[in-house]
Amino acid sequence: MKRIRVSQQEIVFAVFAALFLTFSIFLNGFLSADNMLTLLQNVAVLGILGLGMAIVVIGRGIDLSLIAALAVPGGLVLQMVQNGHSLPASLLAAGLLSIAVGLVNGWLIAYAEVPPLFATLATGLFVAGLGQAALFQLDVVQWSEGLAGFERLGQGSILGIPTSIVMFAIACVVVFILLRKTRWGAYIYAIGDNPFAARVTGIPTRPIIVLQYVVAALIGCFAGLVMAASVNSMPTRIFNSTLIYDVILVVVLGGIGLSGGRGGVVNVIIGTLLIGTMLNGMTILNIPYAGQNLIKGLVLLVAVITDTFLNPRNEETAQQGDI
Amino acid sequence: MACMHKFALGSLAALALSAGTVPALAQQGLDEPFQKTFREALAGKTVAYVPVAMNFDLTEGWYAGLKKELEPFGVKFVIRDPNWNTNAGAQAVTSLISEKPAVMVIHNPDVQTYAKLLQRAENEGIYVIQINMGSAYRSSAFVGANWIEIGERQTEGVVKACQGKSNKIAIIQGALSAAASAYTLKGVENILAKHPEIKVVSSQAADWDAAKAKAITQTVLKQNPDLCGIVGFWDGMDIGTAAAIKEAGLTGKVFLATSGGGERKGACELVKNGSFDLNMSYDVPTQAAQMAGTIKWLLSSGAKPGSVKGSEYTTLIPITKENADTQTACWNLSDLKK
Repeated sequence: MKRIRVSQQEIVFAVFAALFLTFSIFLNGFLSADNMLTLLQNVAVLGILGLGMAIVVIGRGIDLSLIAALAVPGGLVLQMVQNGHSLPASLLAAGLLSIAVGLVNGWLIAYAEVPPLFATLATGLFVAGLGQAALFQLDVVQWSEGLAGFERLGQGSILGIPTSIVMFAIACVVVFILLRKTRWGAYIYAIGDNPFAARVTGIPTRPIIVLQYVVAALIGCFAGLVMAASVNSMPTRIFNSTLIYDVILVVVLGGIGLSGGRGGVVNVIIGTLLIGTMLNGMTILNIPYAGQNLIKGLVLLVAVITDTFLNPRNEETAQQGDI
Repeated sequence: MACMHKFALGSLAALALSAGTVPALAQQGLDEPFQKTFREALAGKTVAYVPVAMNFDLTEGWYAGLKKELEPFGVKFVIRDPNWNTNAGAQAVTSLISEKPAVMVIHNPDVQTYAKLLQRAENEGIYVIQINMGSAYRSSAFVGANWIEIGERQTEGVVKACQGKSNKIAIIQGALSAAASAYTLKGVENILAKHPEIKVVSSQAADWDAAKAKAITQTVLKQNPDLCGIVGFWDGMDIGTAAAIKEAGLTGKVFLATSGGGERKGACELVKNGSFDLNMSYDVPTQAAQMAGTIKWLLSSGAKPGSVKGSEYTTLIPITKENADTQTACWNLSDLKK
């Protein structure tokens, strides 16, 4: 008898489809074009962050400093404009800060060979602390006059589609091209699959690892700007929230294994859609917060358990750090 | 002659008087009997300040206001910033007890965590002043907003705005674990009990997070485009709620009531541009001044810590379009820090 192989990606997609169907049938007002757009809009920033995380995870790393990379450069733009600097100068400063964060992360991991978990945990703390101590006057950096027009990055719509969804789409296309159409993308997969083999074949593994973290930090900065524009402020305290777990959830749930070398943009989209559908449906149902966490956890457990049953682990495929 | 004599006598008397007393008054002033002990009671004393975190308008404002009032009298400040970490806060309070400051100004993260510690502090002879969020232990003084009143007055505003409309409202709560959020909700419930015609279509916690508040509000507005009002629990979070209302093109149609410390950029500016319709402000500089006054009184009274206990609930300032332009409705953090 031929065993049916179902990947985690397909399981998650099935869970998503089942949820979506249930909500569509039983929940009045769920399946309207308007609500669909709201659903996507609500998870657009999460999706963008998921893309940044995906690049790093595919290369067998993890970037816990991603939320700091979202909060601090984004907040810096708002703060600098508030203090009277011009918008282009502020954006440039934020971009440079993001690149610096990425370079430090990459250098620590690729050259100093610090495990990414610890390196990015530390840099994330450092960057968040830097923002609090030196850059921002208050945790919530308010929008100011000088930013007029810039809020269109996260508000309003383009051709009827809310801008933040368009931004997510653009980020998807860019990351897709990077991963699938460039040599660097192929290198990232190779490194994720087997870093030692990649190095032996002559791939410049260290510079590529640095590149991953720089791109991730820049994507984080971009997500931060979209978020700030969307809520007209930058709540830099978001660094202390559980957002980073949601980002990892999107990536892992979508089927990008933490062992690296697998998955792509499509996985991030599926993971994001699942989270978005759950959040949206539960908000419409007005389920209390504690109940929402319970359900989120339950759905995640079901997905992971189903995966374990359908794709049992063995010594050949199991790797350290695999989940 | 007699008349002359009288005059001479009178002028002599006047001369004698002026020579005797008037110069004496100019040379030795009258000593005010209590100011010296007051100054001595304050000089060199330490006030320890433990907010839930620094770097936001409320805690920065309180600190700046306290320093402005007390530093000229030689009062020293120590500050412990737990940065939203309740355990770090409890540790800070514990270590402060052994350092024995004269006064501790405590901003509780919840009702229980510090309660026992604060009692111990007062037993050890430290005055404890609790600010805005009280604990289960009643200490020398509580200075702060009455959250139940805030919830009631916000809801009254929303209910009034809903008259003749759909009567559908939404509630955006803070974090479930925060007592401030639970108290405010109680206030909301008090008013809703009197208005059975009002229907709450959504009551969700957004964790003090503007992005979450926006996501919830967007979904709720898509489901109920005829919503007439929203009760939000903090202006820092309700920036997101307001952004969702604005994007749905419902500014002015959905009445948004919120509350906060009344800092100009976070409150008055946002009322002026139509983001908020009502912002109940607990006026941080006044709270700081009341705390400072209480500290002066306690230190100069010599009362045994814990022997007197009282509360100073803040008089709220409702900020609406009418007063958002005035100088007095809001305050600037930069001015307070000068």
